[in-house]
Order: sequence, then C-alpha cells, then structure tokens
Amino acid sequence: MSVAHIMAAGMGGIRTAGDLVAWMQLTQRMKITEAKEYVARKLGISVMDLTDEEVMHQVRQDLDIATLPMVADGSSGILAKCRIAELLDIELNSVNRFKSKLKL
Amino acid sequence: MQNNIITRMGDGARVELSAEQVKADILVGTQDAADRGNIPELTPDELEALFDIFADTNRIVAVKPGKEVITTDDGASMTLIGDQADGGIDLPMSYMQSILAYERVCCADTAGVGHIDYSCKPVKPIINYEKQKYHSLNQATTVPLIYGTQPNLGLYFQPDGAFPNPSELLPAGKISEAREAQEAAAEQLRNDLVFIARNLYEVGCDGFNFDTVASAGDADFLAALQAIRELKEIAPKMAIELGMSSEFVLGLHGEITFDGELLAGMYPHDQVKMAEAVGADIFGPAVNVKTTKSIPWNLARAVTFVKETVKVAAIPVHPNVGMGVCGLPMYESPPIDCTTRAAKALVEIGKADGL
Repeated sequence: MSVAHIMAAGMGGIRTAGDLVAWMQLTQRMKITEAKEYVARKLGISVMDLTDEEVMHQVRQDLDIATLPMVADGSSGILAKCRIAELLDIELNSVNRFKSKLKL
Repeated sequence: MQNNIITRMGDGARVELSAEQVKADILVGTQDAADRGNIPELTPDELEALFDIFADTNRIVAVKPGKEVITTDDGASMTLIGDQADGGIDLPMSYMQSILAYERVCCADTAGVGHIDYSCKPVKPIINYEKQKYHSLNQATTVPLIYGTQPNLGLYFQPDGAFPNPSELLPAGKISEAREAQEAAAEQLRNDLVFIARNLYEVGCDGFNFDTVASAGDADFLAALQAIRELKEIAPKMAIELGMSSEFVLGLHGEITFDGELLAGMYPHDQVKMAEAVGADIFGPAVNVKTTKSIPWNLARAVTFVKETVKVAAIPVHPNVGMGVCGLPMYESPPIDCTTRAAKALVEIGKADGL
C-alpha cells in the first residue's frame, strides 16, 4: 500500500529530490508548492526537474548528498544530512547533535 | 470510456457499476461530506475529474508529472518485518535493514519508525531502547526519520490501565465519574507523550508523529494537543506531525475544550486549526470509510473533506490513506487500483501537500 502511494504520487525520495522537499515541509511548515519552489531555487533547477531522475542523479552526485544508485565514497546518512542542512539553509536537530559531538 | 466501470465496495469487494451509477455515487458522497461538515460540495469540474479517475481503464493510475507530493507514514517500513495485524510481510530482517530498504528500494520521501506495538504507553518503560534504536537508524538514513506513536488513551483504562473505565461507567449512568476518569487519564497520557518525545529529542530526533489521535475521543485529542504545545517549547527543532484517527472527534467526554473550542464534534477543517494553534508542522486528516458503500462514494467524501481542510490550513496537509480511511477499502491488503486512485484524487482534486 505505501509503495503504491509512493509510485502513484510520491516525489521519489533520494532517487530525486523528495527528501529535500520533505525537509522544508517538516522544518519550515511549507506547503508543497512553496517547498518545491524553495528547493528548486537552491538547486538552480526547475520545479519539474525535482522529480526527474535524469537530472537529479547528477545534481545529487555533484552536491554529494546521497544518490540512487549509490556512489562509492558518496555521502549518505548523517553526513549527507549535514550537507543538506547547509545546502537548504535549515537547522536539523540530528545534525546539530552530531556536530556538537565532533567538536572539531 | 467503457460502459461499465470496475471498482470496489468499501470492504474491498470488486463490483462493476454503470457510468451513471458511479457519477451518482460520487455526487451523493460529496453531498454527504458537505452536509456533515457544513462545507462546500465538489464543483462540477471536480466531480468530472473524479469520475475520470474511476473511468480510467488502467489498473493503476498516477498523478501528472510535476504534481508529485511528499509521503509520510506511520512506520510503513515496519510492515517489512511485521505480521498480519499491521499488513506486514514477516521478512527476517532488522529495523535497520527495513528502514534502509524503504529509503533506497521503495524511494520514500521520509521514513517512519516506532515501537512495534506503536502505542505510547508500552514505550515509556523501554524508552532507552527506543532512543538507541532511533539514534542508530538516524545515523544511517538520509531521508527524514520520523518516530511515531499512537496516544491510544484506551490503554490507560482498567483493566489495562490504572483509571476507571468510562465504557463501564457511562452505561451505569455515572457520567461525572466517567468524565473525571478521562480527565485524569488524559493528564497521564500527556505526561507520557512529552516524556517519550523529549527523550527522543535528546538523541537528535528530527520528527515525531502523533498518529491515530483521538481514537478514544475528545480527551485523547486534548492530551495530544497539550503535549504538542509543550514539546514545541522544550523541543523546538523537532518537527511534529499530527495524524487523526477519524473524521469526527467523538465526544466520549463531551465537554472538553481547548483554547475555548469544544473538541467533540470537530471535523478535519476544524481539527487542523487546533493542530496549527499548538504548533504542529504537518496535519493528517482521516476520513472514515463506509464498507457498505462504493469506493466512488467513499472517495468523493474523502476528497471533499480534504479539499476544505487544505483550503483553510496554513500548514502542510497529508491525508491518512491507510486501510479503511480516505477512500481506501477496509481491508488489510488494499487493492492497488483503489490505492492509486485515492492518491491521485486526493492530490489533484483535494490539493493535498502529501500523503
């Protein structure tokens, strides 16, 4: 059922820009249109490109924010989230906690 | 367009209806929602668009390119390791494997996790295990990882809990005693919800999902609202999603107010204003399904409620589209034809921000 929803109406997660738009809804309470426009501006692409795998794979690889298929030595998990928070200019609780432990 | 349309009843049984019957069911469905919620019916264009979704002869339908939305869930990845009660498939794998598969195989926009029971009360005694689990998973996931739990006030009443059971008091005519029991239980529930969410916040929790809220009525809703307001003060960097259990807040207490508003009897477009008032970041309306009515009737009702909720909401709205709510059959394995039609209709006509 969840997979059917994802295929019918979801943005595609880290395969495209779904996680990035989700972060804007979660942290800034943005409605879907505003969240998509914000992320597209930050990535320098069009809103339509956000769900285009052919565009987003390269964008994510260049920014090193986790891609599918995975790239050897590419960022994922908390490391990717650190980069995403900076890219989107947002604060994430997990990233704050992680960075506070590094104390580099 | 074919003469007869293959669709289903609210219990999942496949039926073949004439185009006229589908149109009639859609119309009566939106009228029912409008009448109950005192909200506008779908417009003629929207009714036509909804009919077209049902008339599509393809088994699976989808939103148009550019119309995609965000998916959040109530621990959907756990269905990989759960059993029948949760629509699970019992794969011999860990939480870590199921979450990462959900992120990288299913390509979900977010992932939900929680205690396998998913109710709040059983989490409290094992909070350290849940903190460790969430922390480990959150180091590995790139998508937002949301911890979810159901307030489930019902577990706080005897014989499962400490408080006298309103279901026994009310039939005995002990109205005031039943109300007092609900108020006391709600206070305990609120404290437990705050305790759990605050502990998860300490290990970097990015999102918390209050799921199936108000399942035990207005006192259940009150506890969740109070907990969210408190959490927004002490855990400001943790997003909160508030998902409802049904379209109508049951007045099992009947006199509970919050910010001067009577909670009993609230429909989704009123509930979302409460969610906004306490600082919730995403609201998830649930619209009931009637098993003896067709899916066109049920989905028309759901879209009508969701459209109005989105219209008045200042925060993202993610309708709950699980078994038996928002146009999906009351069946543990919802047929894919209905699932995808509900997704498309709620997004393209209801204007939902997510599912």
